[in-house]
Amino acid sequence: MDLRPKRYVDTVVLSPVGRIDHATSEDFKIALAPYMTRCAEGQDRVVLDFAGVEYISSVGLRVLMLASKQAKAQRGSLGIAALQPAVREIFDISRFTMVLDVFPSVREGLARLSPKALATFDAA
Amino acid sequence: MPPDGRLTVKFWGTRGSIPVAMTSAEVRRKLIAALTRASGRKLETPEQAAAFLDRELDFAGSRTFGGNSSCVEIVTDRRDYVLCDLGSGARVFGNEVLGTRDASGQRFHAFMSHPHWDHIMGFPFFMPAYQAGNHIKIYGCHADLEEAFRGQHAAPCFPVDFSRLSATIEFVRLEPDREYEIAGLRVRPKLQRHGGDSYGYRFQAGDKVVVYSTDAEHKQDDLTEIKAFAEFFRDADLVIFDSQYSLAEATSIKEDWGHSSNVVGLELCQMAHAKRLCLYHHEPVSDDERIAALLAETRRLEEITRTDRRVEILAAYDGMEIAL
Ligand SMILES: [Zn+2]
Ligand SMILES: [Zn+2]
Repeated sequence: MDLRPKRYVDTVVLSPVGRIDHATSEDFKIALAPYMTRCAEGQDRVVLDFAGVEYISSVGLRVLMLASKQAKAQRGSLGIAALQPAVREIFDISRFTMVLDVFPSVREGLARLSPKALATFDAA
Repeated sequence: MPPDGRLTVKFWGTRGSIPVAMTSAEVRRKLIAALTRASGRKLETPEQAAAFLDRELDFAGSRTFGGNSSCVEIVTDRRDYVLCDLGSGARVFGNEVLGTRDASGQRFHAFMSHPHWDHIMGFPFFMPAYQAGNHIKIYGCHADLEEAFRGQHAAPCFPVDFSRLSATIEFVRLEPDREYEIAGLRVRPKLQRHGGDSYGYRFQAGDKVVVYSTDAEHKQDDLTEIKAFAEFFRDADLVIFDSQYSLAEATSIKEDWGHSSNVVGLELCQMAHAKRLCLYHHEPVSDDERIAALLAETRRLEEITRTDRRVEILAAYDGMEIAL
C-alpha cells in the first residue's frame, strides 16, 4: 500500500486510500511499520491523513491500536486526521475516538503535534 | 421435527459476569421522566397507561434489560426443555416451569458454554432439580463440568449438597466440531477463546439455525479463526453474541479478558450472512440507557457498512422472546 508520505520538518503525513479491511489491513500494517519505528521521542511525529479512507473494519482499527501503543511506548506522537463522516462514525461506535488522537483536519493535527511542521505546511 | 418447524428463543438471563438489579434511584429517575412526560394526558385506565408507554417512551424509558446472568431457552415443538447455560436466569425459568406444568416428570437439556460462576450459579436455585421424577441432562465439552456444579453446592458455600438433589441429573460430555442429535435439535459445539475455554453451540431444527456464542474473544488479525466463526454462524437465523466490551476496550485494556464487541459481532454476522445479531452478556456496569444506546449505535453501524444483505440487530433483555 502506498502511503504517499509527505514530510514537514519533524512530522510525516501518511495518506492511505480506499478500504482498510481483511483484504488490505496486512498491507497497511507493513507499509506503516517503518514510519512507526521512527515515531519516537526526538525522531519523527506521524499524522495519518484519513481523507481517502472510505471504510475501516475492526482488523484495520486493531492496526491503529497497535501503532498507537508502539508510539506511546517510544514516547512518540501519532495523530489521525480528516476522517470521512462514515469512518468517523465507525471510530465513535467502536470507541476508538476515546483512545486515539483524532483531529478534524491534517492542519489541526500538525498544530497539536508540531508547530514547526505546521509553519512549513502553511507555507507550502 | 417437521421441516417447517419453528423455533422460539426465550431469554431468561442476559447480563454478563454477575447479576445486577436496578437501584431505587434508577427506578425513581424513570418514574419522574415518565410522569413528567405524561402530564396533562388522559391516563385513567391501565390500557391507556400501557398505550402511552408503548407510544411515547422508548425501551429504556419504560422497561429494563434486566439483570440475571446467562440463561437462554430454545423452544422446539417437543415437550423437552432446552437451555443454554444455567446462570441466575435459570432460577426464574425453573419457577415458571413449576407454575405452568406438573412439578415432576419434566425433562431438561442444558448446554453449557463453560463453568464460570455466572453461567452455573442459577442451578442451586433451579427448583425442578429438587423434585424427584424430573430428569436433567447437562451437556458440555469441559472435563471438569460436573465438578464445578458439585463444588458450588458443597459446604461451606451452599447448605444443600448436590447429592441431595432429588431429580435425576446426568452430565454428558460433548466433543467440539461434532454434530449431535439431541432433543429434536442438531447441535454442534465449537471451541472459543476464553479463560479456561468456552464453547459455542450451533442449533438447527428444520431450516432454522440459532447460534449461542457467549464468553468468546475474537482476534481480528487471526483470519483462520475469523473464517471458522463466520462458518459457524453461516446463514444463521439468530446469532446470540457476547458484546460485553467496546471494540476499543477489547483491543486495549481488556485484551485477553475473553469477551468481544458489537463491532466484531456485526462483522462476523455480515461475513456469515446471518439474519439477526443479538447483543448479549451485557456489561454489568451498563444501565438501560447505555445498552439502548449500544443497540442504536450497532444498528447505525449496520446501516453504514451494509453491502447487499441486511442484518437485523437486537439487544437481549430478560423476558425477550424471538420467534424464528
Ligand atoms: Zn460470562
Ligand atoms: Zn466466562
